[in-house]
Amino acid sequence: MSDEKNTAAKLEKIKAEILAKYPTKVARKRAKQILVNRSDTNGKMPEVGANVRTVPGIITQRGCSYAGCKGVVLGPTRDIVNITHGPVGCAYYSWLTRRNQTRPESDTDENFMNYCFTTDMQDEHIVFGGEKKLKQAIQEAFDLFHPKAISVFSTCPVGLIGDDVHAVAREMKEKLGINVFAFSCEGYKGVSQSAGHHIANNGIFTHVVGLNDTIGKGKFRINLLGEYNIGGDSFEIERILDACGISLVSTYSGNSSIDHFANSHTADLNAIMCHRSINYMAEMMETKFGIPWIKVNFIGAESTAKSLRKIAQYFEDEELKAKVEEVIAAEMPAVMASLEKAKPRCEGKRAMLFVGGSRAHHYQDLFGELGMETLAAGYEFGHRDDYEGRKVLPSIKIDADSRNIEELHITPDAKRYDPRKDEESLKKLENEGIDFREYGGMMPDMKENTLVIDDISQFETEKLIEIFKPDIFCAGIKEKYAIQKSGIPMKQLHSYDSGGPYAGFKGAINFYGEIERMVNAKVWSFITPPWAAEPELSANYAWVA
Amino acid sequence: MLLRHTSAEPVERTGLMINPAKTCQPIGAMYAALGLHGCLPHSHGSQGCCAYHRSALTRHYREPVMAATSSFTEGASVFGGQANLLQAIDNIFTVYEPDIIAVHTTCLSETIGDDLNQIAIKARDEGKIPEGKFVIHASTPSYVGSHVTGFANMVQGMVKAFSESTGKKNETLNIIPGYVEPSDMEEVKRMAGLMGLKTIVFPDTSNVLNAPQTGKFRMYPKGGVTIAEMKATGDSKATIALGPLASDLAARKLDAQCKVPCHTQELPIGLQATDRFVDTLRKVGGVSVPESIAVERGKLLDVMTDMQAWFYQKRVALFGDPDSLVSLVEFLVALDMHPVHVVTGTPGKAFEQKIRDLTAHLPVPVNVKAHGDLFLLHQWIKKEPVDLLMGNTYGKYMARDEDLPFVRFGFPIFDRVGHSYFPTVGYMGGIRLMEKILDALLDRKDRDSPEESFELVI
Repeated sequence: MSDEKNTAAKLEKIKAEILAKYPTKVARKRAKQILVNRSDTNGKMPEVGANVRTVPGIITQRGCSYAGCKGVVLGPTRDIVNITHGPVGCAYYSWLTRRNQTRPESDTDENFMNYCFTTDMQDEHIVFGGEKKLKQAIQEAFDLFHPKAISVFSTCPVGLIGDDVHAVAREMKEKLGINVFAFSCEGYKGVSQSAGHHIANNGIFTHVVGLNDTIGKGKFRINLLGEYNIGGDSFEIERILDACGISLVSTYSGNSSIDHFANSHTADLNAIMCHRSINYMAEMMETKFGIPWIKVNFIGAESTAKSLRKIAQYFEDEELKAKVEEVIAAEMPAVMASLEKAKPRCEGKRAMLFVGGSRAHHYQDLFGELGMETLAAGYEFGHRDDYEGRKVLPSIKIDADSRNIEELHITPDAKRYDPRKDEESLKKLENEGIDFREYGGMMPDMKENTLVIDDISQFETEKLIEIFKPDIFCAGIKEKYAIQKSGIPMKQLHSYDSGGPYAGFKGAINFYGEIERMVNAKVWSFITPPWAAEPELSANYAWVA
Repeated sequence: MLLRHTSAEPVERTGLMINPAKTCQPIGAMYAALGLHGCLPHSHGSQGCCAYHRSALTRHYREPVMAATSSFTEGASVFGGQANLLQAIDNIFTVYEPDIIAVHTTCLSETIGDDLNQIAIKARDEGKIPEGKFVIHASTPSYVGSHVTGFANMVQGMVKAFSESTGKKNETLNIIPGYVEPSDMEEVKRMAGLMGLKTIVFPDTSNVLNAPQTGKFRMYPKGGVTIAEMKATGDSKATIALGPLASDLAARKLDAQCKVPCHTQELPIGLQATDRFVDTLRKVGGVSVPESIAVERGKLLDVMTDMQAWFYQKRVALFGDPDSLVSLVEFLVALDMHPVHVVTGTPGKAFEQKIRDLTAHLPVPVNVKAHGDLFLLHQWIKKEPVDLLMGNTYGKYMARDEDLPFVRFGFPIFDRVGHSYFPTVGYMGGIRLMEKILDALLDRKDRDSPEESFELVI
């Protein structure tokens, strides 16, 4: 106990040391976002400052609303022509840079993911308005590609000059007879890319979900939410679900198609991977169509097994449960063999994780499987519920920035609302251990006396490395080389560098191998040149005859 | 087929750009600012711009790219970004301790009309800029020009802020190397050194964006032009500006501000452009060309004569930045290649005329477009096939679909290394360019040769 107290005191001292560098006002703000993960004597977790504005001038890793909406959520959907309305940059930077993969059903099927579409606004459009150009762009996209759907994404100047992208979309939808819809995801909305995720999900829910009522094949039909197919993760999850006999109606939005979205309300369960980016979609689908949702995690072999069992349990089908056990039993030997190889070379090593939304939470499971400890973790764009769990939702104060993001008011669909489980069976399943509408958050799962840091800054990253010298640091591309220049291996968990998939069973095997390579790579031992490792010789031989 | 929806028949487009061959101004400004020693670039707008620019530069250089942002939210967008920038300046000097903050605008702060000059003066008046430290700035609206324009504007900003004239000229030459790789800036310096000339190269990203691994992260690596050097540019004998679009603006500003005569010419890519660069160095510097430079020229020429057969009448499609394309086309023509499709994304009609002039004597029709895109280039290739494609990483999708040998050249290159370390300017750079072209062509020949003509010797 006193050891723990010492650790906590040490961490508090480190926190104070970090904050000391900041101007008073900044320090006061950052103090709420840097926490020692430690419950008080009443077992109450500390409250984290999250989803608050970034301090100007403090180097952040956060992106913007457009990046969340176009770059993350809609980007991986292959058969929509996504037009960025604005000057060229935003479209350019969100063009093929996230390693989202997609697998159309045939070589002739639509796939626009390799293309970048923009209205490339020039100064005259900023002065006189860009609506005419946007209409023309939509028309040209239609004439050239004949897509099923075209979507439009607003960038900062579009919001300022007041182009009504939604009116343009309505007009062109009417004219062309295909689905055309727009997103007001200007970069200045909200405090991070998280706002863009929300705008994207609202848009898809409004304009696409429920357009096709056909009930597809399969006895156990689910949607996977918040899985973006980075480095092929979805492919592996699809393989496993398929082996279990679980039908995937739609993935939001890795390896996805707009037809799947349109039909997704016919699924019987929503399984959420990344809570932050999509929890509203699950809630809206439950309210409107009666589909329950659960949180799953396919990062880590144990977590994958657990999530599969949870899904099988939900369907209350003995055959499915048996099949899931069979798949787990068939997959685990290879996983264990690979773990046995990697673990002795990784065990006891220490990691830090500062990644987007749920990833900073989920990857701790994989490191845990390798016997590695996560010293510090945090989200780039998480909210309080991502850290502390959904139970804190009622106590989250809505600020001006959150209020600017539209909340849809959803009511049950008059014809199609169909609760997949009645309250009684939900209760029964809850008693059996399935938590519906629940996400426990990262902090309860993290070890006590570790550091939790929201929206970590460059300066704080440097300090952590200097103080702890972790064996591996996980973050994004902007941090990568600064960390490596400090002599610490750095793994990107937004895009996986050259690796992946890391989800599911095969993903776990890939990850064990990757981390084993990284923490043991010879290159780190060469940084100090031989001549600097030893003191210089001060004496010379003298030949005496 | 990765780009399966690209049809061969070009149609006139006025609304939609598909697969751009340019990006926006601020990233060029950020790159230029990194070539100032002790400088932290700052993006005045919402934070996504800064994140995107840092990510793109990081992927291209595989080096830390540090920059701050004003992190606009809706309030700043409505009421102006002055408060955010003042706060940012204060925070940056306190936490990151740069010598210089180089602020550039984004389309957001430009559209609301923030006046960077006024805000910088206010910051100075309010004591937010410590003694001996600087805030410089450039206006870089994303809806004008391209990343090259942004580079030009920030280099001009450097001159505006620092260049001073003491009234006494010295023998130093200023060289503005243009929007090129750190390795190229290093090469330009090395060549001038071989000529025995004292130079100030600005901006200079060598040893910043190709810095050594030392086990210690430096926020401000050893490279970059120093404030003292920047100040001294006003006393230099002359300025040589390489690449008109990227460098002429700053060179003219320096002339107007400090009466330093400027000589603007094409980037020294390929034999003739390098010849002109060396000749300008000779004349302006008042030195003779040393044997070592003549030897390098001779080596380039030697490879050209040795390998002539493989270049002859090969049809090439190219895309990239105007300054580099003009020199590259001249070089390809000198190799007797046929650059038949040439696209830049940067607007400006002068480019089209220059390419037409350089290719006027070729026996084949040449397509050229400024403010074009890769979709158009791909359509041209489909209609009139080529033997080689040259351009940035985004070309790899076209190259695979059309089964074309592909040489990566320009910005950005996300999927290969080498560009940060090995120059393509100068005579030695010319040899490297030829090596890359030959490797691509000969690898293809080896792949396609029937067994009986798969030969060890060429």
